[in-house]
Amino acid sequence: MATIQETITRLFPDATIEQNPIAQVSVPAQQWHKLAYELRHNPELDFDFLVTIVGMDWADKMGCIYYLTSTKTNAHLSVKVTTADRENPSIDSVSHLWAIATIFEREVYDFFGIIFVGNPDMRRLFLSIDWKGYPLRKDYDENPEVNPVTTENERQTDFTTLYTRDAYGKLVAEEKRVFEPDDFVVNIGPQHPATHGVLRFRTAVDGETIKKIDVYMGYIHRGIEKICEKLTYPQTLHFMDRLDYFSAHPYHHCLCMTIEQAAGIEISRRAQVIRVLMDELSRIASHCLFIGTYCMDLGATTMLFYTLRVREQILDIMEKTCGARMTFNYECIGGVMQDLAPDFVDDVKALLDVIPGNIKEYNKIFTGNVIAKNRMEGVGRLSREDAIDWSITGPSGRASGWACDVRKTDPYSIYQELEFDEVVRTEGDAMARFKVRLDEITQSARIISQLIDNIPEGEYCVKVPKVLKLPVGSWFRTVEGCRGTFGIYLESDGNTKPYRLKIVPPCLPAAAVVDHITRGSKIADLITIGGSMDYIVPDMDR
Amino acid sequence: MVLAKIFDFALLTEWIDKTLNSFMPEWLTVVTERVLIGLVLLLTYSVLALFYIYFERKVCAAFQCRLGPNRVGPWGLLQSIADMFKILIKELISLKYTDKFLFALAPYLVILASMLAFAVLPWGKGLQVINFNIGIFFLIAVSSIGVLGILLAGWSSNNKFTLIGALRSGAQMVSYELSIGLSVLTMVVFCGELNIVDIVERQSDLWFIFSAHIPALIAFIIYLIAGTAETNRGPFDLPEAESELTAGYHTEYSGIHFGFFYLAEYLNLFVVSGVATLLFFGGWMPLHFPGCDGFNAIMDYIPSVIWFIGKAVTISFIIIWFKWTFPRLRIDQMLALEWKYLLPINLVNLVIMALIVVYGLHF
Repeated sequence: MATIQETITRLFPDATIEQNPIAQVSVPAQQWHKLAYELRHNPELDFDFLVTIVGMDWADKMGCIYYLTSTKTNAHLSVKVTTADRENPSIDSVSHLWAIATIFEREVYDFFGIIFVGNPDMRRLFLSIDWKGYPLRKDYDENPEVNPVTTENERQTDFTTLYTRDAYGKLVAEEKRVFEPDDFVVNIGPQHPATHGVLRFRTAVDGETIKKIDVYMGYIHRGIEKICEKLTYPQTLHFMDRLDYFSAHPYHHCLCMTIEQAAGIEISRRAQVIRVLMDELSRIASHCLFIGTYCMDLGATTMLFYTLRVREQILDIMEKTCGARMTFNYECIGGVMQDLAPDFVDDVKALLDVIPGNIKEYNKIFTGNVIAKNRMEGVGRLSREDAIDWSITGPSGRASGWACDVRKTDPYSIYQELEFDEVVRTEGDAMARFKVRLDEITQSARIISQLIDNIPEGEYCVKVPKVLKLPVGSWFRTVEGCRGTFGIYLESDGNTKPYRLKIVPPCLPAAAVVDHITRGSKIADLITIGGSMDYIVPDMDR
Repeated sequence: MVLAKIFDFALLTEWIDKTLNSFMPEWLTVVTERVLIGLVLLLTYSVLALFYIYFERKVCAAFQCRLGPNRVGPWGLLQSIADMFKILIKELISLKYTDKFLFALAPYLVILASMLAFAVLPWGKGLQVINFNIGIFFLIAVSSIGVLGILLAGWSSNNKFTLIGALRSGAQMVSYELSIGLSVLTMVVFCGELNIVDIVERQSDLWFIFSAHIPALIAFIIYLIAGTAETNRGPFDLPEAESELTAGYHTEYSGIHFGFFYLAEYLNLFVVSGVATLLFFGGWMPLHFPGCDGFNAIMDYIPSVIWFIGKAVTISFIIIWFKWTFPRLRIDQMLALEWKYLLPINLVNLVIMALIVVYGLHF
């Protein structure tokens, strides 16, 4: 780590570095462009994975925090870029260095109104195009009369804006077309069976060949980050199962860990084990659902029922312990809400018994099928470089040969003690993404079988003060959700409510990359590719 | 001759004709008979459609570890009647900016095609509407009217999804018609007849699938694949691939107009299976083996209508089995399958069949 800091100090003497505990570099906005280039391309630094961009409003100034990771050294770094101009805040875009920054910057623009100079597509991402104000700014006017609920048709434009700086440093806006004037644009979604939720692809096609896709998000945007700023810490937890509703447990786990780390709460070993068990159970359930719905997308409806059989068994286990089948809301600050159900161990063992047989059956009916092979092999190929460039984490990233499992790279909870393999494939096509998930079911079952017989005794939830105040500071934690790296950025000003709670969803990059990997494919491949990325729309929209 | 034992429906029809003629002028007899035939056909058509909807739902439920319809009537038998009733009383939604005439015409064309093909099937001994000397040719000709209706439906809905669905359907049906035609031709070469009644009579000793052995088997497999594609059923259900094109060409239809597409799809399934029965499994002819007189006589006790419907339903079961097992093909893969594989195999098969006939290498 010292070498990275030394390199940065050598190149940028103005930069200040603090340990937070991830090293945070602060530079003035003017130097950011150069620093970003060095971080990306300097062989001593080589930060090729942009985890997220956190937009911030500190009242006196605005800015962004960039979280970066090097996939080679697994070093983490964050960069704080600030600007004092509240009227027209602008920061240099890094979309030419990390492809996914195009989308991340649009999100920051949408919420904070920070203009990214050089981003080729500076549109709003989630909110409608005529929304007034930037909701995550602290001086945002929430009066409903400012943004009334409209009864008109959805407004949309075929134009986007590119901001550049002229010779005097002034911002110049340039109108650009999203599609060519004579493109045949088919609207797939927001109500479409294959978009897995209300996501909209504006697809320019040439015959059945895809020329370009404009991913249009925000139909389930509920402003969860904004809502969380008004809730106490225990209350914010309830929104984590409304994001990716199949990864409710890992997401809860992540926010709990962040708050516990901030508050200095040590949880019991029993709670740790229960949390990991629940994480892995939900991973199996989630992958089962993926396999089922994905096969249904490809026309093999029967597979859905075979996979739902296993999922159903898991949901029954969850129901007995958590009291719910979907939005579990089970993990809480200090441990878990209630103890395991009495027959939890027996139920899980029964589940472990049926899993190998079921996987064998899935392989027999689907994976080996010649039509399935033809549909999936070589379709939607994503190279390792592109996967990192687009921040495609989780099973989709691992299918491209990128070992990005947070449970291995930055082990949290008790994962370090557990024996399991990280499933990595190199083909990078839809079939690889399918097979990675299939194999991860086996690995998750392996983790569960190690824990199920030695769940330690102890309290399931430690005492936590009724009114929880966090010290001033910021924390960033990631976990391995069912669909990829899920992160929480938490900033506290010493109050009972978070000053800023940024959610880093794995599904946003997964949807954003669809345009990149579908170009030149057939419309039918869009379904194959979109399905194999396995995005959950409430997760990306938040 | 073993055949004598099978009940000849011609006796029944001749008796009706005679009775009617005894108290009616001839023109009235003809009119009455035509109306009766029409009514019986329509009735059979709808009853079979209802049966098929129920059958498919039960079969698919069994594949998927479910029960299928089991609430309406005993074993859910009235479910498809209830569904059909619901479709009948549903509103016909008319769309703006569409060609109303063509939009309304399309479902009728589709159902007309399947009805015409349905009418010439050999239902039993002496039980067919007309004894046509080019019967099988007529069957293929009318069944291809259906694609016209589908193209019209997709185009006149003024919707991009239906248009893509219709174009896919057009490409698919035109391609697979070739395979159907060629495999039928293969069997016609073997049989030397176009007349449906004669084709069935020729199989009184042994069904063609046995007597023409290998080429007949190849022709049957190709016919089954092409027939599945022709009826737009999975794994060839691209024109209405619900995960891609919502419902394909009939997305915009509602009420009975949609019902027509739905009915036609199921009846096409029956027509395809019926033709396969006719060409490969002896139509209404009971299972006979030369030399096994006792066995043949027992088989003759089963009425010919049951033989025909039973065989057709069995073949339909195989086609339904495909649908609930395989994933869907992609459009280019589907066309490649036809043009690169089925068509050449078919042509070679036709030559083999001709050689077999010439050299008498069959049973």
